[in-house]
Amino acid sequence: MYRSHVLVCGGTGCSSSGSGAILEAFKKEIQAHGLEHEVAVVQTGCHGLCALGPIVVVYPESTFYSQVTLGDVPEIVSEHLLKGRIVDRLVYKEEEEDNSVKSFNDTDFAKKQHRVALRNCGVINPESIDEYIGTRGYEALGKVLTEMTPEQVIDIVLASGLRGRGGAGFPTGKKWQLARVLVQDGGPKYVCCNADEGDPGAFMDRSVLEGDPHVVLEAMTIAGYAIGANQGYIYVRAEYPIAVERLNIAIGQAREYGLLGKDIFGTGFDFDIELRLGAGAFVCGEETALMTSIEGKRGEPRPRPPFPAVSGLFQRPTILNNVETWANIPQIILNGPEWFAAMGTEKSKGTKVFALGGKIANTGLVEIPMGTTLREIVEDIGGGVPNGKKFKAAQTGGPSGGCIPAEHFDVQVDYEHLAELGSIVGSGGMIVMDEDNCMVDIAKFFLEFTVDESCGKCTPCRIGTKRMYEILDKITKGKGTLEDLDRLEALAKYIKDNALCGLGQTAPNPILSTLKFFRKEYEAHVVEKRCPAGVCKSLLQYRIDPDKCKGCTACARKCPVSCISGTVKQPHVIDQSKCIKCGTCMETCKFGAISKG
Amino acid sequence: MASEKASSGVAFKGTPEQKEQLLAVIAEKKDEPGALMPILQAAQGIYGYLPIEVQTIIAEEMDVPLEKVYGISTFYAQFSLYPKGENQISVCLGTACYVKGSGQVLERIEKELNIATGQCTGDGKFSLDACRCVGACGLAPVMIVNGDVYGRMTPDQVPGILAKYK
Repeated sequence: MYRSHVLVCGGTGCSSSGSGAILEAFKKEIQAHGLEHEVAVVQTGCHGLCALGPIVVVYPESTFYSQVTLGDVPEIVSEHLLKGRIVDRLVYKEEEEDNSVKSFNDTDFAKKQHRVALRNCGVINPESIDEYIGTRGYEALGKVLTEMTPEQVIDIVLASGLRGRGGAGFPTGKKWQLARVLVQDGGPKYVCCNADEGDPGAFMDRSVLEGDPHVVLEAMTIAGYAIGANQGYIYVRAEYPIAVERLNIAIGQAREYGLLGKDIFGTGFDFDIELRLGAGAFVCGEETALMTSIEGKRGEPRPRPPFPAVSGLFQRPTILNNVETWANIPQIILNGPEWFAAMGTEKSKGTKVFALGGKIANTGLVEIPMGTTLREIVEDIGGGVPNGKKFKAAQTGGPSGGCIPAEHFDVQVDYEHLAELGSIVGSGGMIVMDEDNCMVDIAKFFLEFTVDESCGKCTPCRIGTKRMYEILDKITKGKGTLEDLDRLEALAKYIKDNALCGLGQTAPNPILSTLKFFRKEYEAHVVEKRCPAGVCKSLLQYRIDPDKCKGCTACARKCPVSCISGTVKQPHVIDQSKCIKCGTCMETCKFGAISKG
Repeated sequence: MASEKASSGVAFKGTPEQKEQLLAVIAEKKDEPGALMPILQAAQGIYGYLPIEVQTIIAEEMDVPLEKVYGISTFYAQFSLYPKGENQISVCLGTACYVKGSGQVLERIEKELNIATGQCTGDGKFSLDACRCVGACGLAPVMIVNGDVYGRMTPDQVPGILAKYK
């Protein structure tokens, strides 16, 4: 037994901030004080507050140290661990003048959250199967295999109301049921895990894989039993090296413990899992494309029907669920479907993990009951928009989603309400934007992404997204017309209805939702040739305010194209025809005389 | 693409040891279903990129047409048909990084190295790519040099970071 545990976050965010070296330093320092038999150092998965990394939490006090540096380690060890005095100056504080020392669970960030899928992330050592088992891991699998029929398992998942967390929100139990009953020829069936988290700005699946890999293995094995499959595949992005490594370790441990492989729990049920690495193609997050990719081909989607429940991987019945969906399964089995269905709203049950990013104080992962309002997420948990700026919109669902404007700040975040606003829950990316972000530019950013990632198989997506991008580009360069807006809208609707797969069908969403809520901003670009947010370079003008200009000549000397003229101690002028809009003059001016707009 | 023009003149310099490693990987995985992707990934690990010579070996050993191998290697962004620089820089253009100004960081690197995104410098020292989300959104905007992550970047930090690798 150890009297204290030092948890060092080893998620991608904290690792990038150098938590690996901090972990080693703690081990060394603790040894130097002869405390290695009293204090354990554990590398955990993500705590969620990535912006404040590297994060260290010391138990039993649950003291939350943020932005820990190598230099801080000796002090934490000699003060806190040796003498029992918490190092106040390193403890996370919500406000500057806040003198209260809070435990991690009492912070505003953590208080409103409800961790189901993320329950073990940041709590256990993801590289230890024993720690997973210590938090009731593999208990659900044992219960399923020894006490339940496959039909009972499916009934529980159905009754829980769990819907796919990858974006489309299809009822998980229904998917399993179809895969069990539609084909019963005794041939192989497959269970797949979609860990190809492609939405740029979403990282909840990565955190689960890095922080709690066994939960995915356990859930997939349960599903294998339910649908009658003996082989599983996890398709994971190659961009997530830590997740891949921990999955490999977890699979090895599970095989060693007899929790994967032949005759699991002595019940005669066989199930094994193989990892397949993606290779950087967004379309492979689409279910049929993902299966085609596992087959070792170009990851192009296939028309449905036939649905994967009939003909999926290797043309056999297959279910595919997203990482976060899997992470809910063992607890639904253990706690019962009523427990799960009691969380969330009428049609959207349970919790959802969101990756909060962009212009928000607490960037990181949050797990909240479905139906929590956007305002609560952004203001209460996320700490609001920093630097005194105004909230303009939240983008959800990445390249397949839309922007929710400030007037809908009180919308309940669930499948139905977001769909009403032309957005989607998606995989859970939530990017907050303030007044400095241009919505036309954001739509163009996403279209550039889909043009790049379109696989090229169907014409509406291959050519249509390119045409939409070109129109947006024209608008941001000040060459758009009002007719372009109508053409853009018509084209967007046409592509939505006619593309082959989810990628193409949802690619117009960023345009449609910004056109709906921010049409005025588009019109400003088109009619007034002005970018209100000051982002679109071609439409920017730098101006010198003659009342504030002291004629110090600093800007004229710094201008790389010499387009500023004037005599000493007289107001200067910018020649707009020569200006390249580099912004150097504005940075140089000490009197705040230069503005852009 | 500009990058292809910039570096396609590099001659293939595979060693017998590399070929031996590749053949071992092929022998091991050949009969697994869907083996082509994992083999291409391993081959890129061995050679650093997938020149047509390597793709030809794989096609012959796997007994599939070269066009099929080429179709796959050009479909996925992770596969590179041309060698990369000694130091590989990538700038995240995921949404979280983009709204916090990673575009300006990328522009500054292009200016400092005098190359476009996707290209390699003439001396082979640096190659520059834009990438999609690395999942370190809490540190946005992010740039990565040889696996080292630099977070909360501003364009002005670029020259200092590049100098470390020169």
